[in-house]
Amino acid sequence: MAAARQVGGQATSAASRARLASTPLRLAGYAAMLVAVAVIGLPLGWLLSATFKETSEIYLIPATLIPRSPTLANYPLAWNAAPFGLYYINTTFVTVVSVFGKLTMGATTAYALVMLRFPGKNLIFALILGALMIPPQVVVVPNYILFADWGLINTYTALILPHVPTAVGAFLLRQAFLALPREILDAAKVDGAGHLRTLWAIMLPLSMPVLVTFGLLATQDVWNDFLWPLIITNTDNMRTLPIGISRMLDQEGNTQWGVVMAGALYVILPLLVVFLWAQRHIVEGIAAGAVKG
Amino acid sequence: MAQALGRSSAAATPGPSRVQREWRDWLLFILLAGPNLLMFAIFNYRPLIYNAWLSFHEWDFLAPVKIYVGFENYVDVLTDPHFHRVVRNTLVLMGGGVCFTLIFGLALALLLNQRLAGRDAARSVLFAPYMLSGAAIAVVWVYIFDPTYGLLRTLLSPFNLVPPNWLRDSAWAMPAVIIVYTWKHLGYTMVIFLAGLQAIPRELYEAATTDGANAWERFRHVTIPGLAPITFFLLITGILASFQTFDLIHVLTRGGPVDATSNLLYYLYEQGFIGFHAGQAGVAAVFQFLFLFVVTLIQIRYVERRVTYSA
Repeated sequence: MAAARQVGGQATSAASRARLASTPLRLAGYAAMLVAVAVIGLPLGWLLSATFKETSEIYLIPATLIPRSPTLANYPLAWNAAPFGLYYINTTFVTVVSVFGKLTMGATTAYALVMLRFPGKNLIFALILGALMIPPQVVVVPNYILFADWGLINTYTALILPHVPTAVGAFLLRQAFLALPREILDAAKVDGAGHLRTLWAIMLPLSMPVLVTFGLLATQDVWNDFLWPLIITNTDNMRTLPIGISRMLDQEGNTQWGVVMAGALYVILPLLVVFLWAQRHIVEGIAAGAVKG
Repeated sequence: MAQALGRSSAAATPGPSRVQREWRDWLLFILLAGPNLLMFAIFNYRPLIYNAWLSFHEWDFLAPVKIYVGFENYVDVLTDPHFHRVVRNTLVLMGGGVCFTLIFGLALALLLNQRLAGRDAARSVLFAPYMLSGAAIAVVWVYIFDPTYGLLRTLLSPFNLVPPNWLRDSAWAMPAVIIVYTWKHLGYTMVIFLAGLQAIPRELYEAATTDGANAWERFRHVTIPGLAPITFFLLITGILASFQTFDLIHVLTRGGPVDATSNLLYYLYEQGFIGFHAGQAGVAAVFQFLFLFVVTLIQIRYVERRVTYSA
């Protein structure tokens, strides 16, 4: 870090490294960038275009890339073909409660690991890290049986509860808390702040970037979750958006592509908006996990 | 409350004895971290043991009794030709997915590390698929692969080429899944490679330039060694991610046609929730866990202090 700051003074000479030398190379760079964006962006463009197509245009061969007579009819058709209103309520409720739960669990666990001293602490930290090695997909059968025994199949409790415990959140917030300057925590002590107050009023606000990043990644994780809601729900009024769109494909697909694409857009649009709004946090958070760890 | 800052004051603060304080902290710890730990025990650790237990029993999720059958389920699974196909599929998806995301991700990172106008927008477009619901984007790809009305048919038609019936042709279904997997995960590897490129100290490039190294030599002797640790990290996370692929397969092919795209996780799902063979699902879960466990141990062994968000 200190080295990087020293070099900062020579930024102009260092910048030339990253600059493509000659004009032909530069043009080739732009061409390559355009091709990459076109290829990766095309499926999303195709999705958007299809939502505006009339049914007759869907069946044109070869298909058109830009709708000839754009229509909005697919949007209400999709909304009525499946209970998207309910899917939105379910997905939003499950995501918000799960992410709030994860943040709470992560913060309290990290606080306990950083601020308290007691025998067996290292063992407990190891157990929390060990949970990282158990992906949720591996444990679906036992957890399904457990919720069946509890009579909680097809409930919000079952959709939410397995999402709440978090090893990643505890780990990331522990790192953030350990990095906080000690003088600030000492000052809190002098002011007579208790545990919860120190956590809530001092440590969490100072760890906001980590909280936001972790919250966003957890939101994406829960919103897009597929296997668990697929097996734990069995009526349409409890389904989440990803399950809903998968079932819509089974029912409407291959005939009503415009309607199905409008449905797919309903599923991805909220996260697309969140991503565009907060991409800096998301991308930096993901990259920091890999480079710094 | 004077002990609130155990970290800084545990040794210095007078008052209750050290043992008393430790036990009070222990109690407080249980209050604060207890719920999280309890849920880990119930939803993560207990199921691991239960999976192993189930794998030695025969049960259809309904019968009142689970019958102990020893290693019979293991023999059944290991001699099942479907399972052999599933193992092969899992490895093919892993190999294809990891190779393509690493190669294209690196190429895009090198490209977008250049000072090109609009590169931030380009990065956003390339990363966006990683954030989106696998089920929803798989639905879009079913339409793209549609042999009659799909996008690929449209793109190939000027060349008088007719695309295969991707998802219904057992030779093309796995390539189709790998294409969608690569499309979705490419942005992730690109972002990590970009971070890796930016973490290479600039002095190294300057020193190399001073020593008369040309662009290729700088790439060969500075960039490639500089990216080695991050490439290893991406290799491991790529293996883990491909191994946990479910939504793409479920929506695109349901593991078919005739087992052509079923991976170990999909096999687990089919055994458990379609065939209602809890024992065989337990066997699949045990294998899945052992594999992930070994890969994660390798990661911890070689890349210490690195933790990734396992989405």
